[in-house]
Amino acid sequence: MNDFEFQTATTVDEAVSLLAAKGNRARVLTGGTDLIVQLRENLREADLVVDVKKIPELMQYSLTEKGLRLGAGVPCYRIYGDEAICKAYPGLVDSARIIGGWQIQSRASIGGNLCNSSPAADSIPTLIAYDVICHIAGPEGRRTVPVAEFCTAPGQNVLKRGELLTELEFPAAARHSGGAYLRFIPRNEMDIAVVGAGAWVQLDARGEKIERARLALAAVAPTPLFLSDASAALAGKPATEATFKEAAAAASAIAKPINDKRGTVEYRKHLAGVLIERSLVGAVRRARGEKWDPHL
Amino acid sequence: MVRKTHVATTINGEPVEFLCEARQSLLEVLRETLGLTGSKEGCNNGNCGACTVLLDGQPVDSCLVLAVEVEGAQITTIEGLSKDSHLHPIQQCFLEDAALQCGICTPGFIMSAKALLDRDPNPSEHAIRFQLAGNLCRCTGYDKIIRAVQDSAKRMAGQK
Repeated sequence: MNDFEFQTATTVDEAVSLLAAKGNRARVLTGGTDLIVQLRENLREADLVVDVKKIPELMQYSLTEKGLRLGAGVPCYRIYGDEAICKAYPGLVDSARIIGGWQIQSRASIGGNLCNSSPAADSIPTLIAYDVICHIAGPEGRRTVPVAEFCTAPGQNVLKRGELLTELEFPAAARHSGGAYLRFIPRNEMDIAVVGAGAWVQLDARGEKIERARLALAAVAPTPLFLSDASAALAGKPATEATFKEAAAAASAIAKPINDKRGTVEYRKHLAGVLIERSLVGAVRRARGEKWDPHL
Repeated sequence: MVRKTHVATTINGEPVEFLCEARQSLLEVLRETLGLTGSKEGCNNGNCGACTVLLDGQPVDSCLVLAVEVEGAQITTIEGLSKDSHLHPIQQCFLEDAALQCGICTPGFIMSAKALLDRDPNPSEHAIRFQLAGNLCRCTGYDKIIRAVQDSAKRMAGQK
């Protein structure tokens, strides 16, 4: 690994000025589970690495009736270790529990997973399904970006010179709503998604009709995909198998995957449908207050 | 001459200070600067878990931690488990159950197993397999490792 300068920032302003001074030669370090590998394998270069884990704002979260404000550096294990988050945002927990193994989850953050901007990232379909707002600090001040617009290409995103993702804002977990994330890999744990699918639904009070839904896919396009038309088409439909099958067909149609060692185009398009249907079933069951385990 | 950073940390209960370059991993410093060669380098990219140590009680791949990050931290390595030349019950059970062959993955498995049993003294087989998924073994086929962790749980419960 090439040598670099290492700085620990203790405030957002300090991190922003350090990052702005070095531009694209600076990298943000949270868990390091992507960054350290990329630096070691010369996939990314850095003259400066800024550790942001001593910035309180990035390492805190708060769950209130207004929603979840999740600091961008909070590691996965703290998310699934919080019973209130498990209850309110089970789809987020589905993702946090399968990003790498336990050792990775001790360090890796959802914010870091988003900023790494892999097309196959396990947290991003979930963030899109929950309609998360990204809070960004930079030399020009603060701004927000809807998560569906955050990634722009494989490994690239909307962050500009000197900008830092500080927080992810989840809307309030309303009654009769639920989310779920599923991915397919050839083994049980510790692999990169062949396809990943996130779903969120808001049902009517009787739990029979879908009022609103949001669906998203990973590893079927250059960026994680928000299925806007398929999501809108679910509004007003009964929460039944026929409806889920329609969404599955729409997901297969919209998926634009590549052929690679993890799967062919045809295989991934089929999987996109299967996983959207199953994650939708999971989201609906959770919205009804039923238990649903993605691993069974 | 690359500038080195001074780091003060605690390893296996003892205060430790060292100098390192920013690019050096915790694994590299443990093994090459501090002579703690129990933690093994397998893949050096976070897949195999052979370098697992506990960082403030959490299992981490020490190849994916920069040594400069551990200022003020509490680190436990495999060297910290035995007491007064008595093996830790998990080490003893790995031996008795023949849960190793070449031994490269063993320190990592034992550290992950310790982290698991510290939190869940009586884990199900499913929980053991899920929580140890970040540790790879190419010799045993895993069944003996799972049995050793189950036996460790029983032995540690009996000692309380």
